[in-house]
Amino acid sequence: MPVKVIIPTPLRTYAGKRDSAEVHAATVGDALGGLTTEFADLRRHLFTDEGKLRAFVNVYLNDEDIRYLAKENTPTKDGDTISIVPSIAGGSLAVDVEKEMF
Amino acid sequence: MATTTQAPAETKPVTSLSNQEILRYSRHLIMPEVGMEGQLKLKNAKVLLIGTGGLGAPLGLYLAAAGVGKLGLVDFDVVDFTNLQRQVTFGSSDVGKHKTEAARARLGSLNPDIQIETFETKLDSSNALELFKDFDIIVDGTDNFPTRYLVNDACILLGKPNVYGSIFRFEGQVTVFGMPEGPCYRCLYPEPPPPGLVPSCAEGGVLGVLPGIVGSIQAMETIKLILGRGDNLVGRLLLFDALGMKFRELKLRKNPNCPMCGSNRTIHQLIDYYEFCGVRGEEAPAPELGVPEITPRELKARLDRGDDLFILDVREPHEYQICNLQGNLIPLGELPRRVHELDSSREIVAHCRSGKRSAEAVDFLRKAGFRKILNLKGGILAWSDEVDPSVPKY
Repeated sequence: MPVKVIIPTPLRTYAGKRDSAEVHAATVGDALGGLTTEFADLRRHLFTDEGKLRAFVNVYLNDEDIRYLAKENTPTKDGDTISIVPSIAGGSLAVDVEKEMF
Repeated sequence: MATTTQAPAETKPVTSLSNQEILRYSRHLIMPEVGMEGQLKLKNAKVLLIGTGGLGAPLGLYLAAAGVGKLGLVDFDVVDFTNLQRQVTFGSSDVGKHKTEAARARLGSLNPDIQIETFETKLDSSNALELFKDFDIIVDGTDNFPTRYLVNDACILLGKPNVYGSIFRFEGQVTVFGMPEGPCYRCLYPEPPPPGLVPSCAEGGVLGVLPGIVGSIQAMETIKLILGRGDNLVGRLLLFDALGMKFRELKLRKNPNCPMCGSNRTIHQLIDYYEFCGVRGEEAPAPELGVPEITPRELKARLDRGDDLFILDVREPHEYQICNLQGNLIPLGELPRRVHELDSSREIVAHCRSGKRSAEAVDFLRKAGFRKILNLKGGILAWSDEVDPSVPKY
């Protein structure tokens, strides 16, 4: 069952610069697992060392937050879209953040 | 804190418009959704803009033009030449001026009938509640996580709407937090990302139009909140992908266990947001890797002497195109798998734009057994300042 995973800009660097990926998966957890198997660098950005989804990364199945479904066990079906939505902070912008952060 | 007001403070609600105002706002007044009633609501509204940068530019311009009666501007920064690519409030002659003052002049010239209050200060836990209390709506156009959480918490504590927008490269997020029935920023993101995992400067940058679009959507939501018209973004996160030119919408739910806006609130006052976000002090932590360094002048002298140095540039290829020191390009992210391309018997000088990424590279290579490796202090920026001003800074 192919599911489309939309990869947000900040994480594309760790996913071969792809903006989305099609994966075969029965649950949201399977889909993210498949994705991070393909793109190992993505793993530490999505999951903690204990394998839990990071608190600043939200995952949506279609337009619903999986925290309010069955979390990573939420079943997926053909044609579903999974969105990874990390927090971004830029406003006056990343270049200015760079001065502070880097 | 510098505070200036442009027009006399108004205390009582205004109940009429001057003939000049009627002419100015005529395209609003002839719309039934705004009309005289709506225009007076705008005139009596008090909106505080946090940040007068990329998002603050369209926000300030459109809200001033629309006739929002009192606009507060909070920013501590000065106009930098690199701001002009997107911060359209400012002109070239504003470079070096305080942003709040330059914005006040521009917005005041756009609409002299409104009151503009400027706060040339860094928003923090000690001043946020005092600053926010006189305004009806807070608009978050900041650029960092600590201030985002601070704005959220202060809005929840005071019961004020928070019109939220953020951008990254060519993506934007917009929503409205802080409404009684809606979620807050902590419902969406309970925790900030640890500093090490925020995208690095190599991936920074923004398409100049993007904050224009996202800030304009925030301005539209602000005006709708004032007018009490339409469906606002409460409970909806609008995602904008400028590259794909796609808008998507996700449901935002109020987290019943939210420590800030849930029924069992555990946060009752503002906290230290730099600590909360793992960023200590006013500035983010300076690199404390303690790697051996070489100054640009020392490097120049050694190159002039003909010393055999391998210059390793750890920036991205598109940065190399902007300017380079004719070094050998291996982006920091590719270093682990390309380390075999380096000869550990040669002396290596690593550099990047500012010296941060190359410090990480030097640290990594030292751990990998390289001994003759130095970091160019201050990077290509310092090289331009101290050795060769013909190298452009970016």
